[in-house]
Amino acid sequence: MSTAVTTAESIHRRRHYLNADYGIRSWLLTTDHKRIALLYLFSITFFFALGGLFAVLIRLELLTPAGDMMTSDTYNKVFTMHGIMMVFFFLIPSVPATLGNFLIPMMIGARDLAFPKLNLASWYLFMVGGMFAMYSVVTGGIDTGWTFYTPFSTTYSNTKVIPAALGILIAGFSSIFTGLNFIVTVHRMRAPGLTWFRLPLFVWANYAASLIMVLGTPVLAITIVLVFLERAFHIGIFDPRLGGDPILFQHLFWFYSHPAVYIMILPSMGVMSELISAFSRKRIFGYTFVAFSSVAIAVFGFLVWGHHMFVSGQSVYAAMVFSILSYLVAIPSAVKVFNWTATLYKGSVSYQTPMLYAFGFLGLFTIGGLTGLFLAALGVDVHVTDTYFVVAHFHYIMVGGVIMGYLGGLHFWWPKITGRLYPEGWAKLSALVIFLGFNLTFFPQFVLGYLGMPRRYHAYPEEFQVLNVMSSAGASILAVGYLLPLFYLLWSMRYGPEAGPNPFDARGLEWQMASPPPTHNFEQVPIVSEEAYAYHTAQEVPVAG
Amino acid sequence: MSGHVVPLKVYFAIFATLMVLTAVTVRVAFINLGPFNAAVALGIATTKAVLVILYFMHVRYGSKLTWVVILAGFFWLGILLALTMTDYITRSLPHLPT
Amino acid sequence: MQDSHTTAAHHPAFQHHFETMEQQRQASTLGMWLFLITEILFFGGMFTVYLVYRNWYFASFAAGSLTLDVTLGTFNTVVLIGSSLTMALAVHGAETGKRGMLVGFLILTILLGATFLGVKAVEYTHKFEEHHVPGPSFRFGSEELRHFHEEATMLRSTQIHGVELGEVQLFFSLYFAMTGMHALHMIIGIGVLSVLVWKARHGRYSPEYFAPVEYAGLYWHFVDIVWIFLFPLLYLITRHVGVHP
Repeated sequence: MSTAVTTAESIHRRRHYLNADYGIRSWLLTTDHKRIALLYLFSITFFFALGGLFAVLIRLELLTPAGDMMTSDTYNKVFTMHGIMMVFFFLIPSVPATLGNFLIPMMIGARDLAFPKLNLASWYLFMVGGMFAMYSVVTGGIDTGWTFYTPFSTTYSNTKVIPAALGILIAGFSSIFTGLNFIVTVHRMRAPGLTWFRLPLFVWANYAASLIMVLGTPVLAITIVLVFLERAFHIGIFDPRLGGDPILFQHLFWFYSHPAVYIMILPSMGVMSELISAFSRKRIFGYTFVAFSSVAIAVFGFLVWGHHMFVSGQSVYAAMVFSILSYLVAIPSAVKVFNWTATLYKGSVSYQTPMLYAFGFLGLFTIGGLTGLFLAALGVDVHVTDTYFVVAHFHYIMVGGVIMGYLGGLHFWWPKITGRLYPEGWAKLSALVIFLGFNLTFFPQFVLGYLGMPRRYHAYPEEFQVLNVMSSAGASILAVGYLLPLFYLLWSMRYGPEAGPNPFDARGLEWQMASPPPTHNFEQVPIVSEEAYAYHTAQEVPVAG
Repeated sequence: MSGHVVPLKVYFAIFATLMVLTAVTVRVAFINLGPFNAAVALGIATTKAVLVILYFMHVRYGSKLTWVVILAGFFWLGILLALTMTDYITRSLPHLPT
Repeated sequence: MQDSHTTAAHHPAFQHHFETMEQQRQASTLGMWLFLITEILFFGGMFTVYLVYRNWYFASFAAGSLTLDVTLGTFNTVVLIGSSLTMALAVHGAETGKRGMLVGFLILTILLGATFLGVKAVEYTHKFEEHHVPGPSFRFGSEELRHFHEEATMLRSTQIHGVELGEVQLFFSLYFAMTGMHALHMIIGIGVLSVLVWKARHGRYSPEYFAPVEYAGLYWHFVDIVWIFLFPLLYLITRHVGVHP
């Protein structure tokens, strides 16, 4: 497969995107999708660390039942900024802006995304948005929760709501432009012969996530604008004193923010498909089902937002409709999980680091998804609303799912990105530490929530302490697990052995070019004549379909 | 370009139609049709919008993908309006007996 | 990297990560339409708010709406649809390689857009003078209310329950948010068209390449469509209150 590349040449002698040009200007003004992906990688790692710092503060405060480390006001700010940093500045851009940006053009045989300058502009918008959010943090913080519920955010909060909201608005435009760029690229830039059903499932998943970015984010944007107008000019769009309806804000907010969860998880699901097929050496079972399930998740995701509002005061009939519709999302999600599992069946599975993350994803996402069904059930949800059960559920999806996929993908394509191998032993250790730390952190929270511990309080009754100590202990293990890759991946950039074009013997156009790839990816646009994941040797009969 | 240059007289005809529709919608607004005023006003506005999209924006001669994109935009707006309204039109209904 | 692709057309606007000029054109057209549907959903959020409150507070919305000037609104509608026509003609000029037609109609479009904004400014000034701008200084005087009730009592409609000051303020909040956001889009549009005039005069566009003109046109028409809905919703839809059935 990889005959097109001469492996003999060392990384140092060959021209590639990393050494094509030097100096800070060549990075800050680059339009190369691979360099922009790296810019994103560094930025979101920073925001992840910042969000993680706030998580550390939360877990420290909750070590003891008394609210003794910080005041409740400070605690409100800490969990708010944890949420804002993680959701808007890490999770939403995580896989698409880094791995998606890096891989999509290569996977479809294009030299770049359709709009390279827009891609760079997206990164700048993201950074400007991040600066606004940071400004809010350093000038006193914000305490509304990442959800900005009115009328608290518009009228009563005395914290820096406006800069944080503007930051999210600006970062939202970044997200819209990234999604737009991906959609156009997938439609218009595919190599000859690369039909829709030959696309890697990673591309399908990012395409589906891009649909949500393009269709959902504008509604968040206008909602933030209305909150801004109301807070800055007291014009009262959602103000109950004038007859406005704060629940209407929640409708508009969740119209975006529920599908936003699928912006996070879909690209990680795409990573999963790549990992599972590469490390079981099989075509993904039920390729078309997995491909369409991504689009189905994107579409159904827009029909269920009301399940965040079961106790908000919305009509009980609407709540019933949203409850029923919420179950729809379980179907395509389950299709994916079953198909991945079926792919493993009789595959020659190898337990390398990315595959360990994939297994972690499978288990944790399943737990997160199944507990989601509890919450979609109207009757159950009323009891566990705003408890730690909800917190545990969405962390299983967003951390256990999204970050597992993100790290798995980062390891899988790290040799392609840097041209060097990471130390396998350390990587396996960190995957294990993350898995154990994660479960120790968040599983007790299911129990806590079920027992009735509410979220967003800095003090709690003494009988909850044992479980909270377990959770905090888990968080410190998790922190170690996240710090390890930071060190050994950076180390590998200099000292790792050279990887060669295809260290995992994987299929896909990106593995056919040198590592790191040349600036323009392909000298000659490739012509594709086989399906994705053609993992079969000459003796075996390829699976039809 | 789209390989299709729209003749000028089409533009003028569309413009004339839009003007007539504007006159009609203003005139009808002052006639009391009860609940139908809103329906007529929105119907005329939608017709005008469709004319602008099809002719001024050349969608009539555009690719299938363009149609799909536009319909998706309005479909998603429909989701936003419809599911939000499931709340508002049923909120004042009595609750089910428990 | 220039000229490394033998298939490339050598138009100065050709970007070399594309294979052909046609591919580039198709990609940017799709991108433009995707951008426009984000705009649909952006304005859609405000239309949703309008729909909810109008259903709840019909009388207050009617009272607020009746203070708007239909004559100015109609005039502006004609101006804006006219500007859509001139925009379409400018694109036609670009398509057929008539530079004078392109530049002339672009300038005419800008002038019509500026006229619209001027009239809007007059309307806003009135609203400020009458204290109809939402906020601490909002007033909706007994004069306006009496006028409204006189008209409303002549009507048998059961929809009229009464006018609440706060609800009228909601109407004006939406009026300013929606028309303000629309005006902002027009200002951006005028800026874009001004750049196009400058470039068109320097002969940057030809029947082979006029995509920026085409996309600016799409944007301008979209802004027109938003107004096509705003005009009846804000100015007209409750005019019949006070008219005998």
